[in-house]
Amino acid sequence: MSYKIYVPCDTTAVSMGADKVAAAISQQAQQHGLEIVMVRNGSRGLFWLEPMVEVETAQGRVAYGPVRVSDVASLFEAQFLQAGDHPLKLGLTEEMPFLKQQERLTFARVGVIDPVSVSDYEVHGGWLGLRNALTLRSADIVSSVTASGLRGRGGAAFPAGIKWQTVLKAQAEQKYIVCNADEGDSGTFSDRMLMEGDPFCLIEGMIIAGIAVGATQGYIYLRSEYPRAFNTLKIALANAKAAGFLGANILNSGKAFEVEVRLGAGAYICGEETSLLESLEGKRGQVRAKPPLPAIQGLFGKPTVVNNVVTLASVPVILAKGAEFYANYGMGRSRGTLAFQLAGNIKHGGLVEKAFGLSLQDLLNDFGGGSQSGKPIRTVQVGGPLGAYVPAEQFHLPLDYEAFAKEEFMIGHGGVVAFDDSVNMAQMAQFAMEFCVEESCGKCTPCRIGSVRGVEVMERIRNGENREANIELLKDLCDTMINGSLCAMGGMTPFPVLSALKYFPADFGLNAASKV
Amino acid sequence: MNTTLEALIQTHRDQAGALLPILHAIQDQLGYVPAEATPLIAKSLNLSRAEVHGVISFYHHFRTTPPGKHILQICRAESCQAMGSRELEAQAKVVLGIDYHQTTDDGTISLEPVYCLGNCACSPSVRVGDEVQGRMNAAQLEALIAELRQGATA
Repeated sequence: MSYKIYVPCDTTAVSMGADKVAAAISQQAQQHGLEIVMVRNGSRGLFWLEPMVEVETAQGRVAYGPVRVSDVASLFEAQFLQAGDHPLKLGLTEEMPFLKQQERLTFARVGVIDPVSVSDYEVHGGWLGLRNALTLRSADIVSSVTASGLRGRGGAAFPAGIKWQTVLKAQAEQKYIVCNADEGDSGTFSDRMLMEGDPFCLIEGMIIAGIAVGATQGYIYLRSEYPRAFNTLKIALANAKAAGFLGANILNSGKAFEVEVRLGAGAYICGEETSLLESLEGKRGQVRAKPPLPAIQGLFGKPTVVNNVVTLASVPVILAKGAEFYANYGMGRSRGTLAFQLAGNIKHGGLVEKAFGLSLQDLLNDFGGGSQSGKPIRTVQVGGPLGAYVPAEQFHLPLDYEAFAKEEFMIGHGGVVAFDDSVNMAQMAQFAMEFCVEESCGKCTPCRIGSVRGVEVMERIRNGENREANIELLKDLCDTMINGSLCAMGGMTPFPVLSALKYFPADFGLNAASKV
Repeated sequence: MNTTLEALIQTHRDQAGALLPILHAIQDQLGYVPAEATPLIAKSLNLSRAEVHGVISFYHHFRTTPPGKHILQICRAESCQAMGSRELEAQAKVVLGIDYHQTTDDGTISLEPVYCLGNCACSPSVRVGDEVQGRMNAAQLEALIAELRQGATA
């Protein structure tokens, strides 16, 4: 008999040695004369346990981790292929609390299936949303997405259905679906995990979007830092096409849709949708003024849906199980689930897909297990480098777009970066400005020049030069950037700066009691 | 060189928005985008040389000089900072005797900053070529650099 074994090919798993572990397992199996079938799956998202190896048993998949090459011989001695006991044995994967307490809708298959097998995808519920969509009128697909309450998961949280409706109504001979896979925010990896672990889910979402709005061409704009995702997507696209899910006549429906994956080139700003479109057109990634909206005049001047990876990958489950099913998760106007990403100084870093509404506290403690260093978590930055620093006294806040916005925080793409009490918040504030200097597209003055002045002012504050006056100047500069910038790059860089100043004045050399 | 460039341009020129795919193809093949490429691309895509140069210089990924044998990138983003990447940066600069965007005199290692590799649950991260390494520490970085130097002389 042969044993089925899963060793992730996810970037993070590989960064912790998964390829070497896979090779060692193959070699040991051969030495022991054991026949194994090895699947290189995506990651389950329990990254502190990577490389996490799973073996299939009659009771379900049993996990071992973190497995190092030096553990492989002892795993074979312990007969791990038959779920034998070993210090690294974690038990049934599905029963692990970190996983069991999640609500995996969009990430249901990530880490479970062979990422590039069309049939494995289908066995696990794939293509059902597309098959349903093919029986519906365009307008009904769009209303279903609207009714689900799905909002843009890239960060801006704009209702996806409304965007689709605008493109559906626009008259043009060519329309486009563009997937924003330029996941540049620090602390985020959900797009990458999905593309590496379940690329068909994204592809299916794009096809449904195309059918819904009348677009026949899709582009995935992928950041160049993700070469593994690039290869996985290329294989998945070829396999989907060979199986009849892409091309001139999808599943003999008479509908056509093609997808091409394009690489970015290391510019953070290209995650901004208009800058992304410029880049796809082969230009400098400079932001466009809006209006016109990309939904009216987008790629090559044509009506274009621009959605983030997780947004598009959430569409198949909505079409498969119904808008109501999806909308039943969440709170307030934040419907469905969000794939939170625990990063930075955190013990149990990884992906947590949960309905909106749980608190940061629960996320950081119940899932995250506190800091990696064992020191208290002083602050978390939520929503990437343009997101505010949330102090510990606000960890009770529910993760909900509106509840966060009310406190001038942002959920964004769901990245949560934890810092322990060794962090210097004035240094982090300066870094926010430095990052803006590095990544500004240069089109508008508040961002291009403001960020340079911001670094200078922060240096003076940190050196104790004329501190009170310079802090006034910093606040004034932030006001100019917030209100005068063309896009979120310059417009939101002040948020981490001002939140650091507001909640951690002592780090700026101010008396803790100073009003700021 | 020009024949190689012409062939790469020819392969991609008919794609919509062909400039980035062309630049990627050239850099993948040669390790950088040489100055000779600019007028050839401009002519082929009916753009001005200024436009092509503007695109090359806009994106961090494209380089106009040959890199060292290995490109070592250290992630500078917040998540890695929370796990000590600033110390790793300082260490790499001292051990290599170079700053960011420079190459060691023996042509072995180019040091580059990078802002997020999407490996944030196992910060801090570095990357050599396409290979990311997570949970990097001072001892591992020293060993990694020694290994890269060794490999280059072997």
